[in-house]
Amino acid sequence: MAVLNDEQVMLRDMAREWADNESPVTAFRKLRDAAPAKGFDPEAWRTVGEMGWAGVVIPEEFGGSAFGYLSLGLVVEQLGRNLAVSPLASTAVAATAIAMGSSDAAKNDWLAKLASGEAVATLAIDEGPHHDMKIAATVAAGKLTGTKAFVAEGDGADAFVVAAADGLYLVARGEGATVSPRRMADSRSHAEVRFDGAPAEKLGGTDLTQAIVDRATAVACAEMLGMAETAFHQTNDYLKQRVQFGQVLSTFQALQHRMAKMFTELELMRSAVEGALEAIDAGRSDLDQSVSLAKAIASDTLKLISREMVQLHGGVGMTDEYDAGLYLKRSAVLETMWGTASYHRERFARANGY
Amino acid sequence: MATAVELDRPADALEGFRAEVRAWLEANFPPALKDADNAMSAVEGPSDETPDQRKWREAMGAKGWGVPTWPKEYGGGGLTRAEAGVLNQEMARIGAWNPIGGMGVMMFGPTLLEYGTDAQKGEHIPKIAKGEIRWCQGYSEPGAGSDLASLQTFAEDKGDHYVVNGQKTWTSGGQWADKCFALVRTDKSQKHAGISFLLIDMDAEGVETKPIRLISGQSPFCETFFTNVKVPKNNLVGLEGQGWSIGTRLLQHERNSLSSGGGSSSRMNAGKQVPEIAKKYRGTDAEGRIADAELRTRIIKHEMDQRAFALTLRRAALDAKSNQGPSAATSIMKNVGARITQDRAELNIEIMGMNGLGWEGEGFSEDELTQTRSWLWGKAVSIYGGSSEIQNNVIAKRILGMLDHQ
Ligand SMILES: Cc1cc2nc3c(=O)[nH]c(=O)nc-3n(C[C@H](O)[C@H](O)[C@H](O)COP(=O)(O)OP(=O)(O)OC[C@H]3O[C@@H](n4cnc5c(N)ncnc54)[C@H](O)[C@@H]3O)c2cc1C
Repeated sequence: MAVLNDEQVMLRDMAREWADNESPVTAFRKLRDAAPAKGFDPEAWRTVGEMGWAGVVIPEEFGGSAFGYLSLGLVVEQLGRNLAVSPLASTAVAATAIAMGSSDAAKNDWLAKLASGEAVATLAIDEGPHHDMKIAATVAAGKLTGTKAFVAEGDGADAFVVAAADGLYLVARGEGATVSPRRMADSRSHAEVRFDGAPAEKLGGTDLTQAIVDRATAVACAEMLGMAETAFHQTNDYLKQRVQFGQVLSTFQALQHRMAKMFTELELMRSAVEGALEAIDAGRSDLDQSVSLAKAIASDTLKLISREMVQLHGGVGMTDEYDAGLYLKRSAVLETMWGTASYHRERFARANGY
Repeated sequence: MATAVELDRPADALEGFRAEVRAWLEANFPPALKDADNAMSAVEGPSDETPDQRKWREAMGAKGWGVPTWPKEYGGGGLTRAEAGVLNQEMARIGAWNPIGGMGVMMFGPTLLEYGTDAQKGEHIPKIAKGEIRWCQGYSEPGAGSDLASLQTFAEDKGDHYVVNGQKTWTSGGQWADKCFALVRTDKSQKHAGISFLLIDMDAEGVETKPIRLISGQSPFCETFFTNVKVPKNNLVGLEGQGWSIGTRLLQHERNSLSSGGGSSSRMNAGKQVPEIAKKYRGTDAEGRIADAELRTRIIKHEMDQRAFALTLRRAALDAKSNQGPSAATSIMKNVGARITQDRAELNIEIMGMNGLGWEGEGFSEDELTQTRSWLWGKAVSIYGGSSEIQNNVIAKRILGMLDHQ
C-alpha cells in the first residue's frame, strides 16, 4: 500500500463507504437492465460531483482540489470493487487533458463544470478494436474529421477529447459529431463517434496525447485493481462456505494453493498500479514504463482472478444470478482497453532498449 | 491443416467403403446445408427444422449413421471404428455434419446398451438413433455438484412403481427434453449404494422446470422439480442400488465425448481457426505471416497443444481397440480438451479486440457476436461433466494411486 496522507485516507474511506452503501453490484444490475441512453445514473453522478471526485485532478483555480492521480486512483478503485457505473474516470482524465492543454478558452468553458460534475467528458483516441497510437483523424481549419471506435462513456459525454494525427483537440457534443452506441459484454457505455467537420479546439500536440493516454491507462488499472480485490475476496468467501464431500471447499489444499497464488499476484498488482499513479503525480520521466508495467501486470492478474472466480464458483459461477460473470465480462473489456498485456510488454521492452 | 482424422487415415482396404459413403452422401446430403451446422445450437436450444434439415436428419437416422458404431438391430450403423472414421472424413470433406446428437447419443445410449434390458434397449435406442427423442441428465442438485453422491432426490418404492420427490439443478435442455435419466436415492441409509438409475418422462405429472439464465445470456438449462412423480418400475436401469456405478460409467462416456473439445469436429470449434482470425484482425507482415511476433508464438503454442492432443486421442483410441470403452484416462482428455477450448476462445477474443466482446446490436458481425457468447459459454467446459479439479483428483487417486490426505 502506498503511503497515503490524511486527505487520501479520508478520500479512500469515503469512496469505499459510498460505493458499498450507494453503489453495490445490485445497482449495476439495475442499471444494466434499465439500459439508460446515457449509460449512467444521473443521480449517482450528481453525488459524485458533489463529493468533488471529478475535481480531484483539476487545479484549484478551476474548482478542483488538485490531489492528483493516486487520489483519483483510490476513488476509482473503490468504485471498481462494486462495478459502479460512473463516467468519473473518463471525465477526470479528459479534464486533465484540458488542464494540461494550451487553450484558456477550453479551461474557462469546461473545467469548473467538469469539477462539479455538471458535465461529462471523455477521451476519443482509438480508431479500431485494438489500442494503438496510429491515428488518422485530421483537423483542417479548426474542423475535425475521423471516426473513433469504442469511446467509453461516449453515449453520455458532453465533450470529447479527441486525438488527431497532430495532437489533441476538444470537441463539444453536437455539431459534426454522431454518436452510435455499441453494446458490449460488460453492459457499459461504449460508442462509435463519427466526427465530420466538427468544430475543434486544439489542446496540444502528440506528446499531450501520449501523456493523456498514459493517465487513462493508469486509471483503468485502478479500476482493475478494485475489481481484482473483490473478485478475489468473493471467491475466497465462497470457498469458505460451500460444502461438498462433507467439508467446506476451503479445506482442500489444491484450492488453498490456487488462492494463495492469486493473493500473491494481487499484491504485485497493487504495487505496480500504485507505482504508476505515483509516477504520474511525481512527473517522473519513466512514466511510460511505470504505466506499461502496471497495465501488463493488471491485465494478467485480473484475467487470472476473474477466470478463477467463475471456475471456483462451479456451476453457480456460470449463472447470471451470481456476480462472477459480471466481473469476468468487465475484466475482459478492461484487459483490452488501452492496450493488452502483450501490447504493454512490447512497449515496455522498447522503452528499455530491448 | 491436418486434423486428427487425417492423421488417422488408414491406407488400406476401406477404399471400397469410402466410395460407398461418398456416393451415399452425394445422394442424401442437401448441398444447401454445407457448413450450416450452428456452433451455438447446443447452447441455444432447438431451432425449427427446415425441410432440408429434416430430410437430412431422417436420412441419417434411417441409415443409422448418426450413431455409426451402435448395433444395427437397435437402429445404429453397425460400423467399425475405422469405418466410422471414414464416414467422418467424408462428411468433413464436403461440409456435411451429423444432425443427430445430444445427451442420448453422447451418454445415455452407450450406457443403456451396456446395462439396459433388451426391452429397454428396444424401446429407447432406435429413437435416439433417429434423433426423435431428447434426453436430459438429472444428476446435479443444489447441494450435490462435485459431491454427486450426496444427492437427496428420493424414489419411494410403491410396489409396481416409484414415487419421486426432490430437486435437480443445471438440467441442460430440461425445458426441451422428452425424457430424463436421473440418479435418485432409493435407500437413505447408504450413500453410494443407496442410489439408483431411473428414467423419468419429462411430461409426467409433477415434473416442473424453471430455466436459469447463464452469463452468456442464454437459458439452456433448468432447475427441475419432482413432486410425487409416478415412475413405473420397468424404468429402473440395472438393479436398485446399482445407480452409482451405472451413473459414473455414464460420466465416463460424457467425458469421452466432451474431450473432443480440442479436436476438429467439436461443434464449439466450428468456424474459423485462430490463425485465420489473427491474419484478418491483426494483419500480416511482408512475408504474409501474422504481424505480431509474440501473438504468433502464442498461437503456435496453441496449435501445437491441439496437435499433441489430437495425437493423444488417436493413441488412446488405438489402445482402446480391445473395446473396453472409456477409462480413467478420459479424465486427462477431458481436462486437456477443456483447456484447449478455453485457450482458443481467449485467444480469439484477444485477437478481435473490442470487436470480440460485442454483445448485441450494431457494429459487430454475426461471427464476432458468436465469438463473445461462445467464449463465455466455454467457461462451463471445465465445470460440467466433473470439473477439472475433480478430474485431477481422479487422475491422482485412480491412476497415480495417491491417497486422500487426512
Ligand atoms: C453449463 C452447465 C451445464 C450443466 N449441465 C448439467 C446437466 O445437464 N445435468 C446435471 O446433472 N448437471 C449439469 N451440470 C452441473 C455440473 O455437473 C456441476 O456444476 C459440476 O459437477 C460442479 O458442481 P457444482 O457446480 O456444485 O460445484 P462445486 O462442487 O460446488 O465446486 C465448486 C468449485 O470447487 C471445486 N471443487 C469441488 N470439490 C473439490 C475437491 N474435492 N477438490 C478440489 N476442488 C474441488 C470445483 O472443481 C469447483 O471449481 C451443468 C453445469 C454447467 C455449468
